[in-house]
Amino acid sequence: MRVPAFAIAMIAAAGAAASAPAQAEKLVVSLSTHRVAVTSNFIGAELVLFGTIEPDAPRTALRSSYDLVTTVTGPNVTLRTRRKERVLGIWVNVDSREFIRVPSYLGVLSNRPIQQIADTATARKLQLGLNYIILTQRIGTDFADAVSDDPFRLNFVNLQKEAEQYREEANGVTFLTPTVFRVSIPLPANVPTGTYTVDVKLFAGGQMLSRTNTALEVIKSGFEQYVFEASQNHGLIYGVVTAMMALLIGWFATVVFRRD
Amino acid sequence: MQIYLPIADLPVNIFLVLAMGLTIGFISGMFGIGGGFLMTPLLIFIGISPAVAVASVTSHIAASTFTGAISYWRKRAIDLSLALMLLAAGILGTAAGVWLFAVLRAIDQLDLTIGLSYVTLLTLVGVLMIKEGVQAELRARRGQPATLRRPGSHNWVHGLPLKMRFKRSKIYVSLIPVWGIGFLIGFIGAVLGIGGGFLLVPMLIYFLRVPTATVIGTSMVMTLVTMTSATVMHAATNHLVDAVLALILMVGGVIGAQFGAHTGQRMRAERLRLLLGLLVFAVGLRFAYDLVVIPDDLYSIRVVRSQ
Repeated sequence: MRVPAFAIAMIAAAGAAASAPAQAEKLVVSLSTHRVAVTSNFIGAELVLFGTIEPDAPRTALRSSYDLVTTVTGPNVTLRTRRKERVLGIWVNVDSREFIRVPSYLGVLSNRPIQQIADTATARKLQLGLNYIILTQRIGTDFADAVSDDPFRLNFVNLQKEAEQYREEANGVTFLTPTVFRVSIPLPANVPTGTYTVDVKLFAGGQMLSRTNTALEVIKSGFEQYVFEASQNHGLIYGVVTAMMALLIGWFATVVFRRD
Repeated sequence: MQIYLPIADLPVNIFLVLAMGLTIGFISGMFGIGGGFLMTPLLIFIGISPAVAVASVTSHIAASTFTGAISYWRKRAIDLSLALMLLAAGILGTAAGVWLFAVLRAIDQLDLTIGLSYVTLLTLVGVLMIKEGVQAELRARRGQPATLRRPGSHNWVHGLPLKMRFKRSKIYVSLIPVWGIGFLIGFIGAVLGIGGGFLLVPMLIYFLRVPTATVIGTSMVMTLVTMTSATVMHAATNHLVDAVLALILMVGGVIGAQFGAHTGQRMRAERLRLLLGLLVFAVGLRFAYDLVVIPDDLYSIRVVRSQ
Protein backbone atom coordinates (compact mmCIF):
# COMPACT_ATOMS: atom_id res chain seq x y z
CA MET A 1 0.00 0.00 0.00
CA ARG A 2 1.36 3.36 -0.97
CA VAL A 3 1.41 5.88 1.85
CA PRO A 4 0.30 9.33 0.72
CA ALA A 5 3.10 11.85 0.53
CA PHE A 6 1.57 14.29 3.07
CA ALA A 7 1.27 11.56 5.67
CA ILE A 8 4.95 10.77 5.32
CA ALA A 9 5.80 14.45 5.69
CA MET A 10 3.61 14.79 8.76
CA ILE A 11 5.03 11.73 10.43
CA ALA A 12 8.55 12.84 9.58
CA ALA A 13 7.91 16.25 11.11
CA ALA A 14 6.37 14.71 14.20
CA GLY A 15 9.25 12.31 14.52
CA ALA A 16 11.78 15.10 14.32
CA ALA A 17 9.94 17.16 16.90
CA ALA A 18 9.77 14.30 19.33
CA SER A 19 13.34 13.22 18.69
CA ALA A 20 12.04 9.70 19.08
CA PRO A 21 14.12 6.73 18.08
CA ALA A 22 13.66 5.24 14.66
CA GLN A 23 10.13 5.88 13.47
CA ALA A 24 8.28 2.60 13.53
CA GLU A 25 4.60 3.37 13.98
CA LYS A 26 2.10 5.58 12.36
CA LEU A 27 -1.34 6.68 13.42
CA VAL A 28 -4.43 6.52 11.27
CA VAL A 29 -7.37 8.34 12.81
CA SER A 30 -10.90 9.20 11.79
CA LEU A 31 -13.29 11.57 13.52
CA SER A 32 -17.01 10.69 13.61
CA THR A 33 -17.88 14.15 12.35
CA HIS A 34 -15.90 17.22 11.43
CA ARG A 35 -18.80 19.61 11.81
CA VAL A 36 -20.88 20.01 14.95
CA ALA A 37 -24.03 22.03 14.29
CA VAL A 38 -25.44 24.01 17.20
CA THR A 39 -29.18 24.06 16.59
CA SER A 40 -32.08 25.11 18.82
CA ASN A 41 -32.20 21.69 20.50
CA PHE A 42 -28.42 21.43 21.05
CA ILE A 43 -27.61 20.09 24.52
CA GLY A 44 -23.98 19.18 23.98
CA ALA A 45 -22.38 16.48 21.87
CA GLU A 46 -20.00 13.60 22.16
CA LEU A 47 -17.67 13.04 19.24
CA VAL A 48 -15.82 9.82 18.69
CA LEU A 49 -12.39 9.47 17.16
CA PHE A 50 -11.33 6.03 16.01
CA GLY A 51 -7.77 5.17 15.18
CA THR A 52 -5.29 2.41 14.63
CA ILE A 53 -1.58 2.09 15.17
CA GLU A 54 0.10 0.67 12.12
CA PRO A 55 3.65 -0.34 11.40
CA ASP A 56 5.41 2.24 9.32
CA ALA A 57 7.23 -0.35 7.22
CA PRO A 58 5.70 -3.72 6.37
CA ARG A 59 7.93 -5.84 8.54
CA THR A 60 8.39 -3.60 11.56
CA ALA A 61 7.26 -5.28 14.73
CA LEU A 62 4.71 -3.45 16.90
CA ARG A 63 5.21 -3.06 20.61
CA SER A 64 3.05 -4.78 23.15
CA SER A 65 1.51 -1.71 24.73
CA TYR A 66 0.97 1.90 23.75
CA ASP A 67 -0.26 5.06 25.40
CA LEU A 68 -2.31 7.71 23.69
CA VAL A 69 -2.92 11.36 24.53
CA THR A 70 -5.47 13.37 22.54
CA THR A 71 -5.62 17.14 23.02
CA VAL A 72 -8.66 18.98 21.68
CA THR A 73 -8.14 22.75 21.56
CA GLY A 74 -10.93 25.27 20.93
CA PRO A 75 -10.63 28.77 19.47
CA ASN A 76 -8.51 31.26 21.44
CA VAL A 77 -9.97 33.75 23.88
CA THR A 78 -8.56 36.31 26.28
CA LEU A 79 -9.98 35.91 29.76
CA ARG A 80 -9.48 37.91 32.92
CA THR A 81 -9.35 36.10 36.23
CA ARG A 82 -10.14 38.18 39.28
CA ARG A 83 -9.52 37.53 42.93
CA LYS A 84 -11.72 38.75 45.75
CA GLU A 85 -10.55 39.82 49.15
CA ARG A 86 -12.45 41.05 52.17
CA VAL A 87 -12.28 44.84 52.48
CA LEU A 88 -14.19 46.50 55.32
CA GLY A 89 -16.38 43.43 55.71
CA ILE A 90 -17.38 43.01 52.10
CA TRP A 91 -15.83 40.99 49.30
CA VAL A 92 -14.14 43.07 46.62
CA ASN A 93 -12.15 42.19 43.49
CA VAL A 94 -8.67 43.34 44.46
CA ASP A 95 -6.41 41.67 41.94
CA SER A 96 -6.69 40.36 38.40
CA ARG A 97 -4.64 38.64 35.72
CA GLU A 98 -5.36 38.40 32.04
CA PHE A 99 -4.89 35.09 30.28
CA ILE A 100 -3.97 36.03 26.73
CA ARG A 101 -5.19 33.95 23.79
CA VAL A 102 -5.76 30.77 25.73
CA PRO A 103 -7.98 27.92 24.49
CA SER A 104 -11.67 28.51 25.12
CA TYR A 105 -12.09 24.74 25.20
CA LEU A 106 -9.42 22.25 26.15
CA GLY A 107 -9.94 18.53 26.40
CA VAL A 108 -7.03 16.27 27.28
CA LEU A 109 -8.02 12.63 26.87
CA SER A 110 -5.70 9.75 27.57
CA ASN A 111 -5.82 6.05 28.35
CA ARG A 112 -4.20 6.54 31.75
CA PRO A 113 -2.96 9.46 33.86
CA ILE A 114 -0.46 11.70 32.04
CA GLN A 115 2.20 11.32 34.74
CA GLN A 116 2.24 7.58 34.10
CA ILE A 117 2.58 8.07 30.35
CA ALA A 118 5.50 10.48 30.24
CA ASP A 119 7.93 12.11 32.66
CA THR A 120 7.66 15.75 33.66
CA ALA A 121 10.25 16.99 31.19
CA THR A 122 8.51 15.32 28.26
CA ALA A 123 5.07 16.41 29.45
CA ARG A 124 6.28 20.00 29.70
CA LYS A 125 7.94 19.94 26.30
CA LEU A 126 4.89 18.49 24.57
CA GLN A 127 2.37 20.48 26.69
CA LEU A 128 0.65 17.32 27.84
CA GLY A 129 -2.29 17.84 30.14
CA LEU A 130 -3.73 20.85 31.94
CA ASN A 131 -0.67 21.18 34.17
CA TYR A 132 1.74 21.66 31.31
CA ILE A 133 -0.30 23.42 28.67
CA ILE A 134 1.02 26.93 28.11
CA LEU A 135 -1.39 29.54 29.42
CA THR A 136 0.11 32.95 28.78
CA GLN A 137 -0.66 35.53 31.46
CA ARG A 138 -0.11 39.22 31.41
CA ILE A 139 1.50 40.17 34.69
CA GLY A 140 1.89 43.91 34.62
CA THR A 141 3.81 44.45 31.40
CA ASP A 142 5.23 40.94 31.19
CA PHE A 143 3.80 38.05 29.22
CA ALA A 144 4.60 34.67 30.65
CA ASP A 145 3.20 31.34 31.66
CA ALA A 146 3.41 30.93 35.41
CA VAL A 147 4.35 27.71 37.17
CA SER A 148 1.51 25.22 37.39
CA ASP A 149 0.90 25.87 41.09
CA ASP A 150 0.52 29.63 40.63
CA PRO A 151 -2.78 30.47 42.42
CA PHE A 152 -4.19 32.43 39.50
CA ARG A 153 -3.38 29.68 37.02
CA LEU A 154 -4.69 27.00 39.37
CA ASN A 155 -7.97 28.79 39.97
CA PHE A 156 -8.34 29.72 36.33
CA VAL A 157 -8.05 26.06 35.32
CA ASN A 158 -10.43 25.03 38.10
CA LEU A 159 -13.05 27.56 37.06
CA GLN A 160 -12.78 26.43 33.46
CA LYS A 161 -13.14 22.83 34.60
CA GLU A 162 -16.26 23.70 36.58
CA ALA A 163 -17.68 25.39 33.50
CA GLU A 164 -16.92 22.11 31.68
CA GLN A 165 -14.69 23.95 29.22
CA TYR A 166 -11.44 22.37 30.37
CA ARG A 167 -11.16 18.71 31.17
CA GLU A 168 -8.52 16.09 31.62
CA GLU A 169 -9.78 12.54 31.43
CA ALA A 170 -7.48 9.62 32.09
CA ASN A 171 -10.10 7.22 30.75
CA GLY A 172 -11.03 9.19 27.65
CA VAL A 173 -9.13 6.79 25.41
CA THR A 174 -10.10 3.13 25.17
CA PHE A 175 -7.91 0.54 23.49
CA LEU A 176 -10.23 -1.91 21.76
CA THR A 177 -7.29 -4.10 20.74
CA PRO A 178 -3.65 -3.33 21.50
CA THR A 179 -3.52 -1.29 18.28
CA VAL A 180 -7.08 -0.04 17.76
CA PHE A 181 -8.36 2.77 19.95
CA ARG A 182 -11.39 4.94 20.48
CA VAL A 183 -11.35 8.48 21.90
CA SER A 184 -14.56 10.08 23.12
CA ILE A 185 -14.55 13.87 22.95
CA PRO A 186 -17.28 15.44 25.08
CA LEU A 187 -18.47 18.88 24.04
CA PRO A 188 -20.62 20.69 26.64
CA ALA A 189 -23.84 22.50 25.73
CA ASN A 190 -22.18 25.91 26.07
CA VAL A 191 -19.25 24.96 23.83
CA PRO A 192 -17.75 27.96 22.02
CA THR A 193 -18.18 28.08 18.27
CA GLY A 194 -15.17 28.03 15.97
CA THR A 195 -12.44 25.74 14.72
CA TYR A 196 -11.03 23.06 17.00
CA THR A 197 -7.79 21.18 16.52
CA VAL A 198 -7.48 17.57 17.58
CA ASP A 199 -3.92 16.50 18.26
CA VAL A 200 -3.25 12.79 18.76
CA LYS A 201 0.07 11.67 20.25
CA LEU A 202 1.25 8.09 20.55
CA PHE A 203 3.61 7.04 23.33
CA ALA A 204 5.42 3.93 24.41
CA GLY A 205 7.89 3.63 27.24
CA GLY A 206 7.60 7.34 28.01
CA GLN A 207 8.64 8.41 24.52
CA MET A 208 6.48 9.94 21.85
CA LEU A 209 6.50 7.70 18.80
CA SER A 210 4.16 9.45 16.47
CA ARG A 211 1.57 12.18 16.27
CA THR A 212 -1.12 13.27 13.91
CA ASN A 213 -3.83 15.87 13.91
CA THR A 214 -7.21 16.62 12.55
CA ALA A 215 -9.75 19.38 13.01
CA LEU A 216 -13.40 19.94 13.67
CA GLU A 217 -15.69 22.88 13.48
CA VAL A 218 -18.48 23.94 15.83
CA ILE A 219 -20.96 26.18 14.04
CA LYS A 220 -24.36 27.60 14.74
CA SER A 221 -26.83 26.51 12.11
CA GLY A 222 -30.36 27.17 10.95
CA PHE A 223 -32.41 29.57 13.06
CA GLU A 224 -29.70 29.92 15.70
CA GLN A 225 -27.21 31.02 13.07
CA TYR A 226 -29.70 33.42 11.53
CA VAL A 227 -30.47 35.13 14.83
CA PHE A 228 -26.83 35.21 15.91
CA GLU A 229 -25.62 36.72 12.64
CA ALA A 230 -28.40 39.29 12.62
CA SER A 231 -27.46 40.38 16.16
CA GLN A 232 -23.79 40.70 15.29
CA ASN A 233 -23.96 42.22 11.81
CA HIS A 234 -27.14 44.28 11.92
CA GLY A 235 -27.30 45.27 15.58
CA LEU A 236 -29.48 48.32 15.13
CA ILE A 237 -32.10 46.59 12.96
CA TYR A 238 -32.00 43.60 15.28
CA GLY A 239 -32.60 45.88 18.27
CA VAL A 240 -35.46 47.72 16.58
CA VAL A 241 -37.08 44.42 15.57
CA THR A 242 -36.72 43.06 19.13
CA ALA A 243 -38.22 46.25 20.57
CA MET A 244 -41.11 46.09 18.06
CA MET A 245 -41.65 42.46 19.00
CA ALA A 246 -41.82 43.48 22.67
CA LEU A 247 -44.39 46.20 21.98
CA LEU A 248 -46.43 43.92 19.72
CA ILE A 249 -46.58 41.19 22.34
CA GLY A 250 -47.43 43.75 25.01
CA TRP A 251 -50.25 45.14 22.88
CA PHE A 252 -51.47 41.69 21.87
CA ALA A 253 -51.84 40.70 25.52
CA THR A 254 -54.15 43.63 26.22
CA VAL A 255 -56.35 42.62 23.27
CA VAL A 256 -56.50 38.97 24.29
CA PHE A 257 -57.10 39.72 27.96
CA ARG A 258 -59.36 42.72 27.58
CA ARG A 259 -62.16 42.30 30.07
CA ASP A 260 -63.94 45.61 29.88
CA MET B 1 -37.99 20.91 26.83
CA GLN B 2 -34.61 22.46 26.20
CA ILE B 3 -34.04 25.28 23.77
CA TYR B 4 -30.65 26.68 22.81
CA LEU B 5 -30.29 30.45 23.19
CA PRO B 6 -28.35 31.87 20.24
CA ILE B 7 -26.74 34.85 22.00
CA ALA B 8 -26.48 33.55 25.57
CA ASP B 9 -24.88 30.41 24.05
CA LEU B 10 -26.48 27.84 26.30
CA PRO B 11 -29.59 25.68 26.42
CA VAL B 12 -32.34 26.46 28.91
CA ASN B 13 -35.58 24.77 29.85
CA ILE B 14 -38.28 26.66 27.97
CA PHE B 15 -40.91 26.02 30.67
CA LEU B 16 -38.63 27.22 33.45
CA VAL B 17 -38.02 30.52 31.64
CA LEU B 18 -41.72 30.83 30.82
CA ALA B 19 -42.60 30.30 34.50
CA MET B 20 -40.05 32.95 35.51
CA GLY B 21 -41.64 35.35 33.03
CA LEU B 22 -45.12 34.60 34.41
CA THR B 23 -44.09 35.08 38.04
CA ILE B 24 -42.17 38.31 37.52
CA GLY B 25 -44.90 39.49 35.15
CA PHE B 26 -47.50 38.91 37.86
CA ILE B 27 -45.47 40.92 40.38
CA SER B 28 -44.81 43.68 37.87
CA GLY B 29 -48.49 43.95 36.92
CA MET B 30 -49.56 43.95 40.54
CA PHE B 31 -47.20 46.69 41.70
CA GLY B 32 -46.81 48.56 38.45
CA ILE B 33 -43.06 48.04 38.30
CA GLY B 34 -40.87 46.59 35.54
CA GLY B 35 -39.49 43.80 37.69
CA GLY B 36 -35.96 44.09 36.31
CA PHE B 37 -34.44 44.06 39.78
CA LEU B 38 -35.94 40.59 40.27
CA MET B 39 -35.55 39.18 36.75
CA THR B 40 -31.90 40.06 36.16
CA PRO B 41 -30.61 38.20 39.26
CA LEU B 42 -32.86 35.22 38.42
CA LEU B 43 -31.43 34.93 34.92
CA ILE B 44 -27.88 35.16 36.26
CA PHE B 45 -28.81 32.42 38.73
CA ILE B 46 -29.80 30.00 35.93
CA GLY B 47 -26.42 30.54 34.27
CA ILE B 48 -26.93 33.36 31.79
CA SER B 49 -24.04 35.81 31.75
CA PRO B 50 -24.82 39.10 33.57
CA ALA B 51 -24.25 41.18 30.44
CA VAL B 52 -26.71 39.14 28.34
CA ALA B 53 -29.20 39.04 31.22
CA VAL B 54 -29.17 42.82 31.68
CA ALA B 55 -29.48 43.46 27.93
CA SER B 56 -32.27 40.94 27.32
CA VAL B 57 -34.33 41.89 30.35
CA THR B 58 -34.76 45.41 28.94
CA SER B 59 -36.98 44.11 26.12
CA HIS B 60 -38.96 41.96 28.54
CA ILE B 61 -39.65 45.02 30.70
CA ALA B 62 -40.61 46.97 27.57
CA ALA B 63 -43.25 44.35 26.73
CA SER B 64 -44.77 44.08 30.19
CA THR B 65 -44.80 47.84 30.84
CA PHE B 66 -46.42 48.42 27.44
CA THR B 67 -49.25 46.07 28.41
CA GLY B 68 -49.61 47.88 31.71
CA ALA B 69 -49.36 51.33 30.14
CA ILE B 70 -52.17 50.55 27.68
CA SER B 71 -54.58 49.50 30.41
CA TYR B 72 -53.67 52.52 32.55
CA TRP B 73 -54.12 54.73 29.49
CA ARG B 74 -57.64 53.40 29.01
CA LYS B 75 -58.36 54.25 32.64
CA ARG B 76 -56.94 57.76 32.06
CA ALA B 77 -54.43 57.06 34.85
CA ILE B 78 -51.36 58.44 33.08
CA ASP B 79 -49.99 61.95 33.46
CA LEU B 80 -48.34 62.33 30.07
CA SER B 81 -46.85 65.78 30.63
CA LEU B 82 -45.22 64.63 33.88
CA ALA B 83 -43.89 61.51 32.11
CA LEU B 84 -42.42 63.66 29.32
CA MET B 85 -40.67 65.96 31.80
CA LEU B 86 -39.21 62.96 33.64
CA LEU B 87 -38.06 61.42 30.35
CA ALA B 88 -36.34 64.58 29.14
CA ALA B 89 -33.92 64.35 32.07
CA GLY B 90 -34.01 60.56 32.10
CA ILE B 91 -32.30 60.31 28.72
CA LEU B 92 -29.37 62.41 29.98
CA GLY B 93 -29.17 60.22 33.06
CA THR B 94 -29.12 57.08 30.92
CA ALA B 95 -26.23 58.40 28.85
CA ALA B 96 -24.26 59.19 32.02
CA GLY B 97 -25.07 55.75 33.40
CA VAL B 98 -23.93 53.93 30.26
CA TRP B 99 -20.62 55.79 30.48
CA LEU B 100 -20.10 54.82 34.14
CA PHE B 101 -21.12 51.22 33.35
CA ALA B 102 -18.28 50.91 30.84
CA VAL B 103 -15.75 52.46 33.24
CA LEU B 104 -16.70 50.19 36.14
CA ARG B 105 -16.64 47.11 33.91
CA ALA B 106 -13.14 47.97 32.73
CA ILE B 107 -11.79 48.21 36.28
CA ASP B 108 -13.63 45.03 37.40
CA GLN B 109 -15.73 46.81 40.01
CA LEU B 110 -19.08 46.59 38.22
CA ASP B 111 -20.36 43.61 40.23
CA LEU B 112 -19.41 45.27 43.51
CA THR B 113 -21.05 48.55 42.54
CA ILE B 114 -24.21 46.76 41.47
CA GLY B 115 -24.21 44.77 44.69
CA LEU B 116 -23.64 47.77 46.96
CA SER B 117 -26.17 49.91 45.11
CA TYR B 118 -28.78 47.19 45.27
CA VAL B 119 -28.24 46.74 48.99
CA THR B 120 -28.37 50.46 49.72
CA LEU B 121 -31.30 51.29 47.47
CA LEU B 122 -33.42 48.24 48.12
CA THR B 123 -33.08 48.15 51.90
CA LEU B 124 -33.57 51.92 52.20
CA VAL B 125 -36.58 52.08 49.90
CA GLY B 126 -37.91 48.85 51.39
CA VAL B 127 -37.74 50.16 54.95
CA LEU B 128 -39.40 53.45 53.97
CA MET B 129 -42.22 51.65 52.19
CA ILE B 130 -42.75 49.17 55.00
CA LYS B 131 -42.91 52.01 57.55
CA GLU B 132 -45.41 53.92 55.47
CA GLY B 133 -47.41 50.78 54.76
CA VAL B 134 -47.59 49.70 58.40
CA GLN B 135 -48.77 53.14 59.47
CA ALA B 136 -51.48 53.10 56.82
CA GLU B 137 -52.48 49.59 57.81
CA LEU B 138 -52.78 50.62 61.48
CA ARG B 139 -54.90 53.63 60.56
CA ALA B 140 -57.18 51.33 58.57
CA ARG B 141 -57.45 48.93 61.52
CA ARG B 142 -58.53 51.76 63.82
CA GLY B 143 -61.22 52.50 61.32
CA GLN B 144 -59.83 55.88 60.36
CA PRO B 145 -60.33 56.83 56.73
CA ALA B 146 -57.24 57.32 54.62
CA THR B 147 -56.14 60.90 55.16
CA LEU B 148 -57.54 63.12 52.47
CA ARG B 149 -54.97 65.84 52.91
CA ARG B 150 -51.69 64.04 52.49
CA PRO B 151 -49.48 64.87 55.47
CA GLY B 152 -46.52 67.05 54.69
CA SER B 153 -47.98 68.07 51.37
CA HIS B 154 -45.94 71.20 51.47
CA ASN B 155 -42.36 70.14 52.09
CA TRP B 156 -39.20 71.92 50.96
CA VAL B 157 -39.66 70.61 47.43
CA HIS B 158 -42.62 72.88 47.02
CA GLY B 159 -40.54 75.96 47.79
CA LEU B 160 -38.43 75.57 44.65
CA PRO B 161 -38.90 77.86 41.65
CA LEU B 162 -39.79 76.98 38.03
CA LYS B 163 -43.18 75.58 38.92
CA MET B 164 -45.44 73.82 36.50
CA ARG B 165 -48.99 72.57 36.84
CA PHE B 166 -49.64 68.92 36.01
CA LYS B 167 -53.38 68.74 35.47
CA ARG B 168 -53.93 65.01 35.39
CA SER B 169 -52.09 64.52 38.68
CA LYS B 170 -53.54 67.71 40.15
CA ILE B 171 -50.16 68.86 41.40
CA TYR B 172 -48.26 72.12 41.04
CA VAL B 173 -44.55 71.52 41.53
CA SER B 174 -41.15 72.83 40.52
CA LEU B 175 -39.54 71.22 37.47
CA ILE B 176 -36.19 70.99 39.30
CA PRO B 177 -37.10 67.93 41.42
CA VAL B 178 -38.94 66.40 38.44
CA TRP B 179 -35.82 66.63 36.29
CA GLY B 180 -33.65 65.52 39.21
CA ILE B 181 -35.72 62.38 39.72
CA GLY B 182 -35.81 61.68 35.96
CA PHE B 183 -32.03 62.00 35.69
CA LEU B 184 -31.42 59.81 38.74
CA ILE B 185 -33.76 57.05 37.52
CA GLY B 186 -32.21 57.06 34.04
CA PHE B 187 -28.72 56.97 35.56
CA ILE B 188 -29.44 54.20 38.07
CA GLY B 189 -31.36 52.21 35.46
CA ALA B 190 -28.44 52.20 33.05
CA VAL B 191 -25.83 51.26 35.66
CA LEU B 192 -27.88 48.59 37.39
CA GLY B 193 -29.72 47.31 34.31
CA ILE B 194 -33.15 47.89 35.80
CA GLY B 195 -36.16 49.95 34.83
CA GLY B 196 -36.18 51.72 38.17
CA GLY B 197 -39.94 51.54 38.69
CA PHE B 198 -39.55 50.42 42.30
CA LEU B 199 -37.58 53.63 42.96
CA LEU B 200 -39.59 55.93 40.76
CA VAL B 201 -42.98 55.13 42.26
CA PRO B 202 -42.01 55.96 45.87
CA MET B 203 -40.03 59.02 44.75
CA LEU B 204 -43.01 60.40 42.88
CA ILE B 205 -45.20 59.78 45.91
CA TYR B 206 -42.88 61.11 48.60
CA PHE B 207 -41.21 64.04 46.85
CA LEU B 208 -43.76 65.21 44.32
CA ARG B 209 -46.92 64.00 46.08
CA VAL B 210 -48.21 62.49 42.88
CA PRO B 211 -51.55 60.86 43.76
CA THR B 212 -51.94 57.08 43.72
CA ALA B 213 -54.34 57.37 40.80
CA THR B 214 -51.69 58.45 38.31
CA VAL B 215 -48.38 57.43 39.88
CA ILE B 216 -48.16 53.86 38.57
CA GLY B 217 -49.35 54.65 35.05
CA THR B 218 -46.92 57.56 34.77
CA SER B 219 -44.03 55.52 36.10
CA MET B 220 -44.86 52.80 33.55
CA VAL B 221 -44.69 55.21 30.64
CA MET B 222 -41.24 56.36 31.73
CA THR B 223 -40.03 52.77 32.20
CA LEU B 224 -41.49 51.78 28.84
CA VAL B 225 -39.63 54.49 26.94
CA THR B 226 -36.29 54.03 28.72
CA MET B 227 -36.39 50.24 28.39
CA THR B 228 -37.43 50.27 24.73
CA SER B 229 -34.57 52.60 23.87
CA ALA B 230 -32.22 50.57 26.09
CA THR B 231 -33.09 47.44 24.08
CA VAL B 232 -32.16 49.15 20.84
CA MET B 233 -28.99 50.66 22.37
CA HIS B 234 -27.80 47.38 23.87
CA ALA B 235 -28.47 45.53 20.60
CA ALA B 236 -26.70 48.15 18.51
CA THR B 237 -23.62 48.59 20.69
CA ASN B 238 -22.98 45.43 22.71
CA HIS B 239 -24.85 42.87 20.52
CA LEU B 240 -25.96 41.14 23.70
CA VAL B 241 -29.75 41.08 23.43
CA ASP B 242 -30.95 37.48 23.13
CA ALA B 243 -34.19 37.71 21.18
CA VAL B 244 -35.14 34.07 21.81
CA LEU B 245 -34.69 34.45 25.57
CA ALA B 246 -36.53 37.79 25.46
CA LEU B 247 -39.43 36.29 23.50
CA ILE B 248 -40.02 33.50 26.03
CA LEU B 249 -39.78 35.94 28.94
CA MET B 250 -42.15 38.40 27.25
CA VAL B 251 -44.85 35.84 26.52
CA GLY B 252 -44.79 34.72 30.15
CA GLY B 253 -44.44 38.28 31.37
CA VAL B 254 -47.41 39.84 29.61
CA ILE B 255 -49.74 37.00 30.66
CA GLY B 256 -48.55 37.23 34.25
CA ALA B 257 -48.87 41.02 34.19
CA GLN B 258 -52.58 40.78 33.26
CA PHE B 259 -53.39 38.64 36.27
CA GLY B 260 -51.13 40.71 38.47
CA ALA B 261 -52.85 43.93 37.46
CA HIS B 262 -56.27 42.49 38.29
CA THR B 263 -55.07 41.26 41.67
CA GLY B 264 -53.42 44.61 42.36
CA GLN B 265 -56.53 46.62 41.52
CA ARG B 266 -58.56 44.68 44.06
CA MET B 267 -56.16 45.63 46.84
CA ARG B 268 -55.84 48.87 48.77
CA ALA B 269 -52.97 51.06 47.58
CA GLU B 270 -51.45 51.21 51.08
CA ARG B 271 -51.39 47.45 51.49
CA LEU B 272 -49.93 47.10 48.00
CA ARG B 273 -47.12 49.47 48.97
CA LEU B 274 -46.46 47.51 52.15
CA LEU B 275 -46.17 44.27 50.20
CA LEU B 276 -43.88 45.83 47.62
CA GLY B 277 -41.81 47.28 50.46
CA LEU B 278 -41.38 43.81 51.98
CA LEU B 279 -40.40 42.33 48.61
CA VAL B 280 -37.89 45.09 47.89
CA PHE B 281 -36.41 44.80 51.38
CA ALA B 282 -36.05 41.02 51.08
CA VAL B 283 -34.19 41.28 47.79
CA GLY B 284 -31.95 43.95 49.35
CA LEU B 285 -31.09 41.61 52.24
CA ARG B 286 -30.30 38.83 49.76
CA PHE B 287 -27.76 41.07 48.05
CA ALA B 288 -26.29 42.15 51.38
CA TYR B 289 -25.83 38.48 52.27
CA ASP B 290 -23.92 37.88 49.03
CA LEU B 291 -21.57 40.77 49.75
CA VAL B 292 -20.75 39.79 53.31
CA VAL B 293 -20.66 35.99 53.26
CA ILE B 294 -17.52 34.26 52.00
CA PRO B 295 -18.05 33.58 48.29
CA ASP B 296 -17.95 29.96 47.08
CA ASP B 297 -15.07 30.91 44.89
CA LEU B 298 -12.79 33.86 45.48
CA TYR B 299 -11.84 33.80 41.82
CA SER B 300 -14.01 34.63 38.84
CA ILE B 301 -13.48 34.84 35.10
CA ARG B 302 -14.58 37.49 32.65
CA VAL B 303 -14.24 37.25 28.87
CA VAL B 304 -12.11 40.11 27.62
CA ARG B 305 -11.92 39.19 23.94
CA SER B 306 -13.13 36.28 21.85
CA GLN B 307 -10.78 34.96 19.16
